[in-house]
Amino acid sequence: MTSHVFVNVRLLDPASGLDAMGGLVVEDGKIVAAGANIRAGDAPEGATVIDGDGHCLAPGLIDSRVFVGEPGAEHKETLASASQSAAAGGVTTIITMPSTKPAIDGVSLVEYMARRRSDDVLVNVVPMAAATKRLEGKEMTEIGLLTNAGAVAFTDGRTAVADASVMMKILKYGRMFDALLVQHPEEPTLSKGVMNAGELSTRLGLSGSTPLAELLMIERDIRLAEATGGRLHFAHVTAAGSLAAVRAAKARGIRITCGVTPPHFALNELVVGDYRTFAKISPPLRAEDDRLAVIEGLKDGTIDVIASGHDPQDAESKRLPFAQAAFGAVGLETLLPVSMELYHNGYLSLLEVIDRLTRRPAELFKLPGGRLAVGAPADLVLFDPDLAIRIDADRFRSKSKNTPFDEQPAQGKVMLTMVGGRVVYSAQA
Amino acid sequence: MTTAHITPPPSPSVGASAAGEIFYPHKHLLGIEGLYPHELTGLLDLADTYVEQNRRTNKKKSLLKGLTMINLFFENSTRTRTSFELAAKRLGADVINMQADSSSVKKGETLLDTAITLNAMHPDILVVRHADSGAVKLLSEKVSGAVINAGDGQHEHPTQALLDALTIRRRKGRIDGLRVAICGDILHSRVARSNIHLLNTMGARVRLVAPPTLLPNSIDHLGCEVFHDMREGLKDCDIVMMLRLQLERMESSYLPSVREYFHFYGLDYDKLSVAKPDALIMHPGPMNRGVEIDSLVADDINRSAIQEQVEMGVAVRMACLDALTRATRNAEADQ
Repeated sequence: MTSHVFVNVRLLDPASGLDAMGGLVVEDGKIVAAGANIRAGDAPEGATVIDGDGHCLAPGLIDSRVFVGEPGAEHKETLASASQSAAAGGVTTIITMPSTKPAIDGVSLVEYMARRRSDDVLVNVVPMAAATKRLEGKEMTEIGLLTNAGAVAFTDGRTAVADASVMMKILKYGRMFDALLVQHPEEPTLSKGVMNAGELSTRLGLSGSTPLAELLMIERDIRLAEATGGRLHFAHVTAAGSLAAVRAAKARGIRITCGVTPPHFALNELVVGDYRTFAKISPPLRAEDDRLAVIEGLKDGTIDVIASGHDPQDAESKRLPFAQAAFGAVGLETLLPVSMELYHNGYLSLLEVIDRLTRRPAELFKLPGGRLAVGAPADLVLFDPDLAIRIDADRFRSKSKNTPFDEQPAQGKVMLTMVGGRVVYSAQA
Repeated sequence: MTTAHITPPPSPSVGASAAGEIFYPHKHLLGIEGLYPHELTGLLDLADTYVEQNRRTNKKKSLLKGLTMINLFFENSTRTRTSFELAAKRLGADVINMQADSSSVKKGETLLDTAITLNAMHPDILVVRHADSGAVKLLSEKVSGAVINAGDGQHEHPTQALLDALTIRRRKGRIDGLRVAICGDILHSRVARSNIHLLNTMGARVRLVAPPTLLPNSIDHLGCEVFHDMREGLKDCDIVMMLRLQLERMESSYLPSVREYFHFYGLDYDKLSVAKPDALIMHPGPMNRGVEIDSLVADDINRSAIQEQVEMGVAVRMACLDALTRATRNAEADQ
């Protein structure tokens, strides 16, 4: 029996509201005790004692939007390299996107992803399956069988399910299995641009995607969710207008949720600057007013989860003229420090930030982690929320280094990550 | 809107340019945005001297003797490429033309691979046209010679704006205070963007006249007045600058038909009548006669400066080549 005891830590558990100094005992991969009264002397015989030095111990982060290159683009990222990147970022569960080659749209592929956990894959891998076959937006996948095989949600990844009739059928049929449909909310014919539509795109001579594309798709899908009773999650909401629509729909009791990625609350379109392709992401970085609206959405709970949107692209996909460069930024290793901005800037409490990164995604995707409760898996992150760092893409564990945050100062550092009672990352190592 | 009035430096003669006065401190010419009025004026003054030189029998100088210019065109162009080639040859440079096929190969790889390959051949000037905005800037970061943007996507076409400015200045004697209407497909036009920056910087008042589908977002933030009606837009204008309409815009539903476009936006004498009586008509060419401009207007030698624009193009490009190579030539002369 392996056991660890964390002592001298600030316990953060959004599920119970716990925020107090104390300790936590892990045995056989599960949490067996947590509280203010746990000290080194309470360690079972043979247990490894980890002195947290007063740092925060929280449930491991659950990242609900992770693109991996495997299968099909292993040169950009493998599950192993993504898991190392996740471990270094304090992420203990990655919910993978089906946008691979081939797309994860069949039972055997979902089973492959779900069973991929091995010695070289350090964190929990939980797959989402395609919502439509081959991600083409035309035919629904086998939602029931895929759910049984381990798919926690259904999505067409980087593209929206644009056909309203198909979308309606998925929501309606998916209700039988309480399936969650994760939508990329952008009306495709209005979102063909390569950056946010506005003055900067006009100056740079780049085609723009209007925030209206997001609003239209969200308003349509809200109506469909209302009509069908299906469970719908918008992967990312980035514009003021669409956040208002989500807020109003939630107030009407419609079963919708939404997420956001750190670039959309930490950066605005000006980062594109002089054709900086590392700032080319989808949906695009928006105007400052939209960024402030996203922060407001996080504060008032309109936005449920923060996900990294980790989308590894190799240098060859980015060292191109802006219009030709690939969309996407890696995010696993910047998720925690950039999210800490919300705390340091006084927008959210520390517990609230952790809540959007742990408990909320766990509940949404029906996962066992995300809390420090007795019996919960020992998926944990020990971090210093205050330590000043400079983000250094060259040191990322990910195979790809494409981030708009490179060389930015931040506050927050992961000291140790544990998955299932096993230490998978230590800053000291 | 920028209305800076900075006294331009004294006009240098060709002889003065050979002596190496540096008034344009930049390594490349990638766009008009960000350039100062005195830098633009300096280029225009220098171009003026080359206009005179080009009208002589002996047009050739040996200013750029020993230097190599490569015309690297990823997009088809005859006029601009020829104009640059002529400009370089008249200044004594060696010229290589490269037409890169940007559609049959992976474009980005070709761009950077080509840049690195060409750089190894030590060209002094690269003139680049590319279908993607920002591509010329990306390339300029990988080469050691001077780079001139000969048009990148929908971004900028700086030498076109300079030649337009030179044409206007010679005809009107000034740019400051003139009312200029740019009409047509502003959305897809790099010529329009460069001209907006240049004309604003030099103190002109810029109007844009186009249907809403051919106007980019927030274009009024660039210091322009926007009109959808030609008569309103052209009223009392000193300059009417027409843009080429690409006919595939009809298929892309930007416009319903050529017939309707010409009816509302094609420049004819009727619409022109509201402009100033001496309003100058300009067009970057090539023209679609009967689409954006009526043939009678285009060929009116009293009103149209279209052929003069072509002539000014060579002089402006000579001035740009001269200005951009001064630092190099001075360094060599010092050795």
